[in-house]
Amino acid sequence: MSAALAGVVAVPLAGAVIAAIGGPRSGPVAGAATSVASLMLAGALAVDVHGGGPVAVEIGGWSAPLGIALRGDGLAVAMLALIAVVGSAVSLAAAGEFTSGAGAWSRRGAFWPLWLLLWASLAALVTARDVFTVYVALELMSLSAVGLVALGSGRAALEGAVRYLLAAWLGATAYLLGVALLYAEAGTLDMVGLADTLPDGAAAGTALALMTAGLLVKAAVVPLHFWLPRAHSSAPAPVSAALSALVVTGSIVVLVRLWSEAMSVAVTEEAGTLVGVLGVVAIVWGSLLALRQTRLKMLIAYSTVGQVGYLLLLVPLAAVPRAGGGTGDRAAADAWSGGVYYALSHGVAKAALFLAAGCLVFAAGSDRIEGLGGLGARLPLVTASFAVAGVTLIGLPPTGGFVAKWYLVSAAIRAGEPWWAAAVLLGSLLTAAYVALVVRVLMSRGESGPAPVPVPRRMQGATVALALVCLALGLRPEEGLELLAAGTPWAGMGSGETP
Amino acid sequence: MTASPSPYLLAGAVIIGLAVYALVVRPGALRRIIALNVMGSGVFLVLIASAARGDGAPDPVPHALVLTGIVVAVATSALAVTLARILHRTPSEADERDGAR
Repeated sequence: MSAALAGVVAVPLAGAVIAAIGGPRSGPVAGAATSVASLMLAGALAVDVHGGGPVAVEIGGWSAPLGIALRGDGLAVAMLALIAVVGSAVSLAAAGEFTSGAGAWSRRGAFWPLWLLLWASLAALVTARDVFTVYVALELMSLSAVGLVALGSGRAALEGAVRYLLAAWLGATAYLLGVALLYAEAGTLDMVGLADTLPDGAAAGTALALMTAGLLVKAAVVPLHFWLPRAHSSAPAPVSAALSALVVTGSIVVLVRLWSEAMSVAVTEEAGTLVGVLGVVAIVWGSLLALRQTRLKMLIAYSTVGQVGYLLLLVPLAAVPRAGGGTGDRAAADAWSGGVYYALSHGVAKAALFLAAGCLVFAAGSDRIEGLGGLGARLPLVTASFAVAGVTLIGLPPTGGFVAKWYLVSAAIRAGEPWWAAAVLLGSLLTAAYVALVVRVLMSRGESGPAPVPVPRRMQGATVALALVCLALGLRPEEGLELLAAGTPWAGMGSGETP
Repeated sequence: MTASPSPYLLAGAVIIGLAVYALVVRPGALRRIIALNVMGSGVFLVLIASAARGDGAPDPVPHALVLTGIVVAVATSALAVTLARILHRTPSEADERDGAR
């Protein structure tokens, strides 16, 4: 299966090259081919890793540190599946919006190369085995994402892009400084090797702090979130979906890997709690700001600022070593399942929300929330998808969000730290408030304004497909949860029984 | 790795400090781009300093890393300068706040 692992990076990269040199017609074809191939590769890898454990490949036979080594453990393969599903929906929606000839695009020819390059960098980011390959993937991801943001029309998109680029650059430089300290201290960059060779000390702690700070900027964690809302809301809807669902998640995946695997020797309880507190602040502050927005895409962008906080709860609950022994491990295993499953559920749901917003804004011609009245009757499927995705974020059954929050809450209670559970539930209440705010307007009887513009079927289809995935994640979580444990210290710990 | 910090390591730290100071006190996109470049150079210097292995031949890995890092920095700078230039030329519209599209 090692060829499949190289393929998940190589396929979108080849698509990007073809789209870049093949002229305007080749873009949608490359996008469709990449979607189909990536879905198949991710599916094959998921089956393989679920059954046989992690896989690895060294590209071209060159070994690390000078070559590029990729590793597909449960977390990586789950993220690859998320990237393939969301990526396919985004490609479908973008193709639909292009053929309609309308939309907020000023330079649409550049979309496909940039988007497929972003796809390749995301796949490399979640599978990279050494911390320097992660740096290169992070930078590729930011550069292509900035380019995509700048595709939106008008000054707002450009300002958002510049702010995004400078923030991402600062984050990457802090991360690279951490890598430098790490190499000076341990003499290796390999994530698996680091766990054994990194000596505990001030240098390891400083390196972890620098890399964490850099990744927190890239993931837009409060108070480093200043760049996200404008960048995510001014971009075209399919781009916003990719940014909020995948790019933010990718940075957090690296963060969680560093804390739980590579640099766990430097992790202290205080530092882990600090990251968790940042997560709680993000949940509350992002959700409160989302409630105050009058524009739909701005509301969804602030929702991302809030939901990232849930992913950070992985650090205090799953990565911090506990004195509790067996019960502590059980809590960590639950937190791992819940946190990573939340990353998957949130990714799919947030992409569905942004694609639904794309359809609604396309129909209404404006993204003022109050101008969306009555669209529920005209676009019933899109409105239903918006509601399902919203319910996922709130964390109600039968969606993946419920499963994820269930595990997070039970992990917090098992660990004897119920305040994390309280934060999870408070976030759910605030999320319910802002989702209801939008759904209420959609379901209201609209005033007799201009007739809505018909929305291309492919945009609607992509939205509905993602909403169905949200439901599937809630109805059949067993296989996904088992997959997530592959390659972690908790592999083989079945759900339900104590080891 | 080394018993006492090498002058290169110290110089790198000073350069990073200067760049962070400039980032904090100097507004404006172009100044920030330059500050980030200076900061990157400081990080490269720290990386190169870590290549020293006592009296033997220096470790080649940090050199490879710095080369890759320079390529990334050049690409990022080019994109940042281009975007800043387009932004500078785009007129700010008064009715811009009324609609994202």
